[in-house]
Amino acid sequence: MEALELARWQFGITTVYHFVLVPLTIGLSVLVAIMQTAWVRTGNEKWLRLTKFYGKLLLINFALGVATGIVQEFQFGMNWSEYSRFVGDVFGAPLAMEALLAFFLESTFLGLWIFGWDRLPKKLHLLTVWAFAIGSTLSAYFIIAANSWMQHPVGAEYNAETGRAEMTDIGAVLTNNTTLVAFPHVIATAFLVAGTFVAGIAVYWMVRRHREDAGHKDLGMYRTAARFGAGVMILSGIAVIITGDLQAKLMFEQQPIKMAAAEGLVETEQPAPFSLLAIGNLAGDDPASVQHLIEIPGLLSYMATGDWNAEIEGLEELQEQYAERYGATTPDGEEIEYRPNLAVTYWSFRLMIGLAAFSAALALGILWFTRKKRTEMPGWMKTLAVVSLPMPYLAASFGWIFTEMGRQPFVVAPNPTGSDQIMLMTMFGYSTSVSAGEVLTSMIVFTIVYAVLGVFWFRLIQRYAVEGAPVVEEPVVRKDDDQSTPLSFAY
Amino acid sequence: MDLALVWFILIAVLWTGYLVLEGFDFGVGMLMPIIGRSNKGRRVVLNTIGPVWDGNEVWLLTAGGATFAAFPEWYATMFSGFYLPLLLILLALIVRAVAIEYRGKINDETWRSRWDYVIIGSAWVPAILWGVAFANLVRGVNLDADHQYVGNFFDLLSPFALLGGAVTLALFLSHGAIFLSLKTDGEIRERAEAFARKASLATVAVAGVWAVWAQLAYSRNTWTWAAVALAAVALVGAWFSTLKGRFGWAFIANAVAIVGAVVLIFGAMYPNVMPAINDPANSLTIDNASSTDYTLTVMTWVAVIMTPIVLAYQAWTYWVFRKRLSIEHIPEHNELTFSKG
Repeated sequence: MEALELARWQFGITTVYHFVLVPLTIGLSVLVAIMQTAWVRTGNEKWLRLTKFYGKLLLINFALGVATGIVQEFQFGMNWSEYSRFVGDVFGAPLAMEALLAFFLESTFLGLWIFGWDRLPKKLHLLTVWAFAIGSTLSAYFIIAANSWMQHPVGAEYNAETGRAEMTDIGAVLTNNTTLVAFPHVIATAFLVAGTFVAGIAVYWMVRRHREDAGHKDLGMYRTAARFGAGVMILSGIAVIITGDLQAKLMFEQQPIKMAAAEGLVETEQPAPFSLLAIGNLAGDDPASVQHLIEIPGLLSYMATGDWNAEIEGLEELQEQYAERYGATTPDGEEIEYRPNLAVTYWSFRLMIGLAAFSAALALGILWFTRKKRTEMPGWMKTLAVVSLPMPYLAASFGWIFTEMGRQPFVVAPNPTGSDQIMLMTMFGYSTSVSAGEVLTSMIVFTIVYAVLGVFWFRLIQRYAVEGAPVVEEPVVRKDDDQSTPLSFAY
Repeated sequence: MDLALVWFILIAVLWTGYLVLEGFDFGVGMLMPIIGRSNKGRRVVLNTIGPVWDGNEVWLLTAGGATFAAFPEWYATMFSGFYLPLLLILLALIVRAVAIEYRGKINDETWRSRWDYVIIGSAWVPAILWGVAFANLVRGVNLDADHQYVGNFFDLLSPFALLGGAVTLALFLSHGAIFLSLKTDGEIRERAEAFARKASLATVAVAGVWAVWAQLAYSRNTWTWAAVALAAVALVGAWFSTLKGRFGWAFIANAVAIVGAVVLIFGAMYPNVMPAINDPANSLTIDNASSTDYTLTVMTWVAVIMTPIVLAYQAWTYWVFRKRLSIEHIPEHNELTFSKG
């Protein structure tokens, strides 16, 4: 493999790995902050126990999320230096803002939260977890704004002298309509992940405790957590669907070829059906062989435009349009394939939607079995809960794989209503001064280190989840001259 | 003053913040077995940075992000050119973050001692490599006409660069020991103070040689002698303060020495951001590497508003956790083990 392919694989591996961890941090930080708020307001011990229980799991997750996030900021320069030169004037700004506005807030206040239980008054300590949660969410905003600019460049013009994109309007970059739909979609997904996590673990405990002792005092607490998680899942699930629909409609305008690939729509059709199952050669080299076995007539037209009868352009026609507008061949004379990898986009899009259905089943099950103060659940709910836990994670990852792979062959996709010069093919973005051997080395090392750390992460999460909510003591603020009482928490 | 120059200075400020703050984090990591010794002693040492190390590390991310935004060409050339050293630093930072958080999560001797190796090793690697990287900036590297780095990993390991690694190593060790002298009590404090006295003397020697070498052989400006002098006076002052038992002053003096070192590094390059030794015409300069005035204006506003706020809440964190730690403060392990459940 050459440096380009290796750099792409490395970006894919490190980013998907990082993004498996991030949605839980974002969503769970807010949910834990809500739990702690409930404790401060009601004084009910169950909320304190839940805060500590899920808070511990949050910290285990956060550590690896932070660690893998550092790589993200460095690898643009390390592996994608030509990309960085082209976009830096625009793309660097949201990244620097992310560090200054979000990372500092998140990291500093997390330290205060973890170690502050016995140093800060209750309400001040509560503010630290909110500052942490807000920092996490803000960081998502800036990184989505940066990513959206790669999907739909705005607020910039091309400077022929420097050969790069240059920012003309930061307001436009930060309020890119792609950002405004992608950010709520990502945040809603984060809440779906976190809601499933909270509810899934609580259901596991409800079933287990109820078997041991139908009158166990913890049942009420886990029931609260399960219903809280279920409520979050339902609200965020609805938000995921609405924002996803908005995003899809926008993508049909901004990157029609990505959406045509997502649907395996080879020929232009009117009305266009939605494909539930397709076979044939989805690898992209022979799109003509694609056969759709199950289709819902007109649904794709409706999803794209709101009109059941609209014409949707297919891959063949779009390929010709792109070739005409952005060039048919590379400087080396090779024909440019504008159609993204069909199998990856088609299936990642469907997996993203399909896997999220587990959360819906779990949420409805919880609401049904916990109605009217009930605490008994059938054993299969425990199985459903455990199986559901990774599903929204996977759905989110497939969503990212879809949106990034669907943008190929571009790393910066051209804006159909913007400058045709502001675009960059992925093949021209990688670091030409870095050898394939160096990229291969770093890819292997990252993959191994991530895999090993992932094992520890999983074992710790599992171990602490299976231990259940700890018995807690009401935190007491230490006196300044206290030299002998141990700290309430230390590494 | 033109904005690109402002950002050249601001990036120097961000690196100063990073080196002052994570400098002692790395020092503390390296000293954990030497000064901490027993498990509880090690925990005292580790917990002095427990609430703050993560926030300190953000200075690095900010310096990186600011370089990307303000000097895209510099970011691109430096990060792709220093590929393997940066890879090693990144790996160290990754495993370090996880090790600090996971060490105490399982109550098991083997578990702890393995993560201890990670915490210690992942402090040594960046403590040396940051010095190597900065020395290469001062010395300059081979760049082609497109400002691409030409060379390999071993070209970055010149004697001057390796001595630069020794400087940051010595500086972070003494900085960490001085920090521990301020933040601990009892036997840990005694060991930290004793180590700080020796380490700060060693730092004077190593850093002094390197700074004069840098000035004579590579600095493009004579005025950076002032930075050499500032760093030298501050380091001698730090050593002197440790002898007098004035560790607060020693810490401040060390921070001033880091300011002097960063001024020397950036001043020695000026007006370049990445000097080319093969042909000065290929150098990346403040002018040819920077972003547009518009982008720099936007970023200046963000930095002017946010930096004081960040400094204020980080300072507050240090105030909240101002008390010295001693072995009596460390709670017994009540974490889980993997064996049951």
